Amino acid sequence: MNTAQPAMAPPRARRRASHARVVIPLLVIGLLGIGAVIVPFLYDYDPLHADLLVRLKPPGTILTDGSIAVFGTDQIGSDLFAEMMAGTRVSLIVGLSTLLIAGLAGGTLGLIAGYFGSWLDTILMRIADIQLAFPSILLAILLVSVLGQGILNVIIVLSISNWVIFARVIRSQVLALKSREYVEAARTLGASHFHIIFRTVLPGCIAPLLVIASVEFGYVVLAEAALSFLGVGAPFGTPSLGSTISAGTQYLSSAWWISTIPGLLLLVLVLATGVLGDALRDHLDPLLRSAR
Amino acid sequence: MTASRVASSAEAGHADAPLLSVRNLQVEFSTAAGIARALDGVSFDVRPGETLAVLGESGSGKSVTGQAVMGLLPRSAGAIVGGSITYGGIDLATRPVNDVRKLCATEIAMVFQDPLSSLNPVFRVGYQVAEPFRRRLGMGKREAWGKALELLRRVGIPDVETRIGDYPHQFSGGQRQRIMIAMAIALKPRLLIADEPTTALDVTVQKQIMALLADLQAETGMAMILISHDLGVVARVAERAAIMYAGRIVEIGPIREVYNRPAHPYTRGLLDSIPSAARSGGKLTPIMGSPPNLLTLPSGCTFHPRCRFANDHCRVELPKLRQPAGWASGHPVACHRSEEVLADA
Amino acid sequence: MLGYVIRRLLLAIFVLWGVVTVVFVVVRMIPADPALLIAGQTATAEQVAELRQQMGLDRPLVLQYAQYLGQTLAGDFGRSYTHNVPAIHLIGQVMPNTALLATLACAVAVVVSIPLGVLAALQVNRMGDRLVTTISLVIQALPGFWIGVVMLLVFSRTLKWLPSAGLIGPQSLILPTIVLALPFIAILTRLTRSGLIEVNGEGYINTARAKGLSELTVVFPHAMRNALIPIVTVTGLQFGTLLGGAVVTETVFSFPGVGKLLVSSIQLRDYNVLQACVVVIAAAFVVVNLLVDVLYAYIDPRVRLSK
Repeated sequence: MNTAQPAMAPPRARRRASHARVVIPLLVIGLLGIGAVIVPFLYDYDPLHADLLVRLKPPGTILTDGSIAVFGTDQIGSDLFAEMMAGTRVSLIVGLSTLLIAGLAGGTLGLIAGYFGSWLDTILMRIADIQLAFPSILLAILLVSVLGQGILNVIIVLSISNWVIFARVIRSQVLALKSREYVEAARTLGASHFHIIFRTVLPGCIAPLLVIASVEFGYVVLAEAALSFLGVGAPFGTPSLGSTISAGTQYLSSAWWISTIPGLLLLVLVLATGVLGDALRDHLDPLLRSAR
Repeated sequence: MTASRVASSAEAGHADAPLLSVRNLQVEFSTAAGIARALDGVSFDVRPGETLAVLGESGSGKSVTGQAVMGLLPRSAGAIVGGSITYGGIDLATRPVNDVRKLCATEIAMVFQDPLSSLNPVFRVGYQVAEPFRRRLGMGKREAWGKALELLRRVGIPDVETRIGDYPHQFSGGQRQRIMIAMAIALKPRLLIADEPTTALDVTVQKQIMALLADLQAETGMAMILISHDLGVVARVAERAAIMYAGRIVEIGPIREVYNRPAHPYTRGLLDSIPSAARSGGKLTPIMGSPPNLLTLPSGCTFHPRCRFANDHCRVELPKLRQPAGWASGHPVACHRSEEVLADA
Repeated sequence: MLGYVIRRLLLAIFVLWGVVTVVFVVVRMIPADPALLIAGQTATAEQVAELRQQMGLDRPLVLQYAQYLGQTLAGDFGRSYTHNVPAIHLIGQVMPNTALLATLACAVAVVVSIPLGVLAALQVNRMGDRLVTTISLVIQALPGFWIGVVMLLVFSRTLKWLPSAGLIGPQSLILPTIVLALPFIAILTRLTRSGLIEVNGEGYINTARAKGLSELTVVFPHAMRNALIPIVTVTGLQFGTLLGGAVVTETVFSFPGVGKLLVSSIQLRDYNVLQACVVVIAAAFVVVNLLVDVLYAYIDPRVRLSK
């Protein structure tokens, strides 16, 4: 008779479940991406156009021209759904651009520091230490006050805030790989640094890079929204989920949907990236496995 | 069934009933790739005061056997799916794990392979050795500490009064293993299972640890199961040996018998592959091939792909433990061709 | 351990110096003339020039930097342009509030997370674990400012249970504390869970079981005591996120703390106060990290007993 606890769910069911964890988030993000591109266009969304007759209408209101304001309208009469999608567009652009810049810059620096070591490494790590002493929002706020508002500035600022984590992850991966046998073997065979880096070390960095990228994406999106909420991110005239929510705080009692619904969208987007990151981590690199 | 009756008739000095009786034990592990049979019908007895060596390569199931007896199978993956483990009249295989744990340390104790990772790094050594007294017997702190002191002295830790307050990382490998042994025998168990106790240690230290175990056994009369892949290290201490392969016992008997007259090709292979000073200058003869994947076991006898005695019958039918025809009893083998193996020596 | 502590202390001092310097450099890059700001639009060119000389703005950058370092060490960040009191006074007024909020949030997070994490670890991959893990995932994805606004809407405007702004009494602390604690809870729970699971695979846990110890004794103290080590370290790092989160939370709830002061100083272009806030918050973070490092060294005997 069996005295131990029942064994895990049959392997096939588990594999299906874990595939779902990658596919569903990708679908969600994909849908949001498509929506972000198409919807504002379909609705002819103009952040500067005010139609005060239809302002602050609740979700589901049928407007004068027969269309339905799915999520209601905001304080200047814009359709909230269109506004949310336009804001999502900004979020996605900022997120991807920052990932690209911070990832490339940080990853390269981390690679160099980890591979070549010695004083390069020390300097890099000290700079990282100093930068990490700033809670990242703080650093972002500080930099924005210098550079001024604007989407490009936000991207720059968030890239500066976030290169460190890419650098650190790549660096520690490189350090771990450097002493692996196949890298040693390549070196004894006389391979050049270039060859070793590109053929042996770099491929081993892709997995953690993907994992970190998916987690960081969610974080950057949240950061941009927070900055915009505080009024130091997207400038007036550029839609952003954060500034939409911020504007809605003045109408909390009368038009709760303005602040609430965009936030739900933000939550779904970030949640999708979080789940994706976890699933990627489990799939790609057993060493990083989150103890499943 | 045959094995135990055969074994009991051969034992001269130990006329009592077996202390531990394992019958047809089957353990399965469910992995991402499928279900692996870690143990496929293992049977053996351990008599009071005797030492049984369980030998085999990695993956043979020797450690799993020890874990199964103690109820230490990893809960999420391993399960006993058949057979019985009888100790003191109770079948441990059918009891809930919590009940089995109650027997741990007081009746059956275990010493693990790597003493560095098997000792808790954040607690003092004295605390860990005193713990069985405090938690299982409800002894007071001072009294338990005193007992720990005695035990550590008994296992040969120098400068005990000072060192009892040290942490595991401050000791050498051999000393850590002594501490593990002290912890294990604290509550005077009747059976000690040592899972590769010397594998992580230097050769000279290995001998010392084995001598210590033999000493303690002589003093307390406890039985021992020595699990190892090293046939040499257990030779002096064990009375009987069981050779395991792919989750089955393929040969079992008095250790001198098994070593001098191996009746299974695998045992022959293991013995032949030991570099021996008497045969210096020659080539090493390893067993060709590698241990099977437990998820895809060969048909018939699981050893046949690596066996030079294998014939068609071996590829089809799984051999059961039996007495080789014409040889002395007490030494059953699971091989269709054991007579030829013995004759070939 | 002493060597370890000294090294950490030196690192902390170095980082503090770096922080202060970065702030100096960044603020100097702000396109605004401080003297003009203080003197106001109506001042004449001579008055502005005189003020510049008084403030030392015409001296070489290196000397300005030296003066700045000295002043910072003394806690002198100049005067607030908007309130015309030393910036440090403004910070002194609101710092205790933020400190209180952060401490409460920390306490709440620890009290909630550790039991949840233990529960999840004990029930790995079963119902309890899946529930806890899912909830953590969702909480971690919550935009802090949004959940704050939603809570404001529900508990303050709709149900009218709790105040919506300011610091009028202990009930004003409830919502901000919860909102501030949320991300911390998510991270700490996952950390406790994974820390325990990892420890569970270690040999000494098996040994503890082999000693016949009850499952409870195996978890507390054997597993927990070891899992605590990485938990403590990461908690220190998370404190910085807490401080950052305070900036947003205090804004949402109009809570009179350093975060809100920081945000308003940006909007009012009060650069002295901005500078002071940033330095103080970063410094607090560095100090907390140092304390956590020392604590870690104390908890882990392998470090404590080394050089």
